[in-house]
Amino acid sequence: MQSILAVDDSASMRQMVAFTLKGAGYNVIEAADGQEAFDKARGQRIDLVLTDQNMPRMDGVTLTRQLRTLPAFAETPILILTTESSSDMKAKGKAAGATGWLVKPFDPERLLDVIKKVIR
Amino acid sequence: MGVMDKFETTAATTHEYLTFRLGGEEYGIDILKVQEIRGYDHVTRIANSPEFIKGVVNLRGVIVPIVDLRLKFALGEAKYDAFTVVIILNVANRIVGAVVDSVSDVLEMTAADVKPAPEFNAMMGANYITGLGTVKQGDIERLLILIDIERLMSSPDMALMDSTAA
Amino acid sequence: MKEVTSQADAAGGFDLTQFYGVFFEEAGENLSSMETMLLEIDADSPSDEELNAIFRVAHSIKGGAATFGFSDVTELTHELETLLDRLRRNELRLRRAMVDVLLEAGDVLKSMLARYQANDADASAAPDTRDLVARIRHLATGQSASAIDDGRRRLRVRVGPLTDGALADNLAELFRDIASLGTFEATDEGRLSPQGLREFDVTTASADAELIELFSFHVSREQIQIVDLAGTRRADAGDTSAGAPAKTGDDADPGYGFFVDPQSLPAARKGTQTGSKPKAGKAVPAANLESSSLRVSMEKVDQLINLVGELVITQSMLTQQAKNLDPMTYQTLLSGVVELERNTRHMQESVMSIRMIPMSFVFNRFPRMLRDLADKLGKSIELKTVGEATELDKGLIEKIIDPLTHLVRNSADHGIESTDKRIAAGKPAHGTITLSAAHQGGSILIEVKDDGAGLNRERILAKAKERGLPGVHDGLRDPEIWALIWEPGFSTADQVSDVSGRGVGMDVVRRNIAALNGSVELDSAEGYGARVSVRLPLTLAIMDGMSIGIGDEIYILPLGSVVESFQVETAKIQTLGGTGRVVKVRDSYLPVAALEDVFQVPRLRDEQEDRARCQIMVIVEAEGARIALLVDELLGQHQVVVKNLEANYRRVPGVSGATILGDGRVALIIDTGGLVKRARH
Repeated sequence: MQSILAVDDSASMRQMVAFTLKGAGYNVIEAADGQEAFDKARGQRIDLVLTDQNMPRMDGVTLTRQLRTLPAFAETPILILTTESSSDMKAKGKAAGATGWLVKPFDPERLLDVIKKVIR
Repeated sequence: MGVMDKFETTAATTHEYLTFRLGGEEYGIDILKVQEIRGYDHVTRIANSPEFIKGVVNLRGVIVPIVDLRLKFALGEAKYDAFTVVIILNVANRIVGAVVDSVSDVLEMTAADVKPAPEFNAMMGANYITGLGTVKQGDIERLLILIDIERLMSSPDMALMDSTAA
Repeated sequence: MKEVTSQADAAGGFDLTQFYGVFFEEAGENLSSMETMLLEIDADSPSDEELNAIFRVAHSIKGGAATFGFSDVTELTHELETLLDRLRRNELRLRRAMVDVLLEAGDVLKSMLARYQANDADASAAPDTRDLVARIRHLATGQSASAIDDGRRRLRVRVGPLTDGALADNLAELFRDIASLGTFEATDEGRLSPQGLREFDVTTASADAELIELFSFHVSREQIQIVDLAGTRRADAGDTSAGAPAKTGDDADPGYGFFVDPQSLPAARKGTQTGSKPKAGKAVPAANLESSSLRVSMEKVDQLINLVGELVITQSMLTQQAKNLDPMTYQTLLSGVVELERNTRHMQESVMSIRMIPMSFVFNRFPRMLRDLADKLGKSIELKTVGEATELDKGLIEKIIDPLTHLVRNSADHGIESTDKRIAAGKPAHGTITLSAAHQGGSILIEVKDDGAGLNRERILAKAKERGLPGVHDGLRDPEIWALIWEPGFSTADQVSDVSGRGVGMDVVRRNIAALNGSVELDSAEGYGARVSVRLPLTLAIMDGMSIGIGDEIYILPLGSVVESFQVETAKIQTLGGTGRVVKVRDSYLPVAALEDVFQVPRLRDEQEDRARCQIMVIVEAEGARIALLVDELLGQHQVVVKNLEANYRRVPGVSGATILGDGRVALIIDTGGLVKRARH
């Protein structure tokens, strides 16, 4: 079973994402901000990271950058969730090494579609 | 057994009453207000309370005040021994205990069996008497005084409840 | 919850309604925190952190509302977000009017969410937010275009037609590399419009010509169009086809994208990560999967507390019974009982702390309330809070809110004078109301203090006489005059204001507090202010007690109030003024209260004489003072489960509760505070 690290400071979002992913057969690890995600990520096998951008303590872009410094996460797909319309944010995400982005709000089906494109 | 629904005043439906003796008289109260019957044991006195409030007891973890109706209404002799009976009542969202002389049967009575009480100055106050019935003991018919035990126990002169709490 | 409908319900096969509950709670918390932050922010010099935090909150609510399909919430929050975004980027300066409108929007959002939660989503009753939105937008765009103070202008730059939209991103690099240029941001999410254009929002102090010069390194001049957002079109360096859309409202917008070709990602993930845990074998520890807190229903917590209470009684009983056993024969059993006592105590402490909540929960609602109140009354009032971290049982917290609210309103309405009066009296123009909470022995002391006019002795006396209250005369001392306030229907307010003064307040406050086994006192200094002190017992359930014997009866003293105890000879107890008795303890004299008198304990006559010689004195401290209690014997210390006497009976003076001893009997717990007060009058 593949493991997905889902990072979002909103509990309702986390719950929805976790429910959707678990229902599709993935193992889900949750974190409420970048720092918690980073701490949980080390020492675990993660197949995909799904992270919100706007979070306290450490935001999604910074988390991406941090994860990429870990050898285990050099190639792991990282998707950033964003509602911001400016591509400045996406540029930052790209610079940090993210694999792609997903615009909020999204529905559960789109989430699964995108994930399937990225991990098999 | 057990008419648990709300009563309707038709001749056919019956109410159940717990009957007990107090002084030389026989009283009946709504069985639904009665939680259990206990002996009189280990009552902790509460200072500066009326004489008829004997104190409180532990009823399976709940603190319950005990009122001696014999003292309150100066009926009969208030002795406390192995035969002393306490009726544990559930009235006005509280649990309280009342000491009486003895407890008798549970009687079923229909509305037709209950006669209105005449106006008179009973010790207990006519306010609490809801009617009169009869109890048959062999050939003897005795008078049964039906009372609204909830109203009685909630009244200010029973001193069980703070007036503001009601 | 199933009936709440939203646009997201038809999210093809996924029932999102199960997440609504968490979303509502979360949004509620977010709105509360937003309100708190708005009230605390200094409108003259807000910090970036504060603005960012408030932005994040609005953003978070919007994200959730959008995901779960509450479109009116999403739309309104979007407007807030726009305003807050500009604020956090320092494109706008914060003004009080903005704080006001944000607070108002917060209220509207609260009511929108409440309607959804109550299944009340009737479209016709939806709040009309058009006026509010217009005001938010007005404030958000108020300083747009060329009005930025340092001479920077806001421009819209369009680039194209291009075949590769990424070329335009190079222009962003320019702005990144040359710091003084300004900001350069895409508004089109990196995609080309149908006309092949890219679009950017730019703020810069540079002239158009300069910009075009720079841009021409990457794109040809004809492909650059600059629009000054102040409204006038300038420097069309080449015409582009008309009607370039401002947004990429693509119907085909998939809403996601990749920076790298997803096909190129390694297919098999196994074995490509070094140092990763093997998949087979041990499961990932469950603790890692959950976030660090848990939502639990109050019922479960209450039940747990009851069970622990019962456990404490049983353990007490065992401990007591074990005392009778021969320590040699039952060594193991006895050490087990000691261990049990320790474990039970720890469990009880842990469980009780679950229900303890900091006073900030109560204090939090007051800044907002006071702000609105002060506005309505036309006064200037500042709120100070002390001891917000002081914890209180959840059950008490809920019940203390109403009385405290009334006291604060009273202070604001009747206590604090108008600004004119205050200045005339040489006081600072703004009045201060201080809310404080602190633990004191086994109680919590909550105070509402104001620096207003204080109570007016004459007016209260006059009113009391008018109402014909007994015992009222001019010779009454101040504390007795203040105590008149507690009488039902008492109010010296000239008019019944909307706020308070209906005269139904203070006696209800006192009764509410008494129902919590607490006490309340009023103190005042005319011209300086007033203070109301509320004292509540800290935990309702379990307490350390000292058993004492008087005659045949056993009473419990809260161990927290016991200072010391010693044997004393009757001779050492001296009378004072004929009726009072005192005893000398080291250097001071303490009033003596003989508990056999206080509780009218029945004595056999020979007992009385027997005990003439030696008795035990227990010194207790409560309400800031000490007295000495005369008892027959000390019976031991143990934990007691406090039972409420008032549940089935009524408040008894001198008694704060009851407990059940190991042998099943009821013992009364002494109200040391009450005793101290009595002894001192």
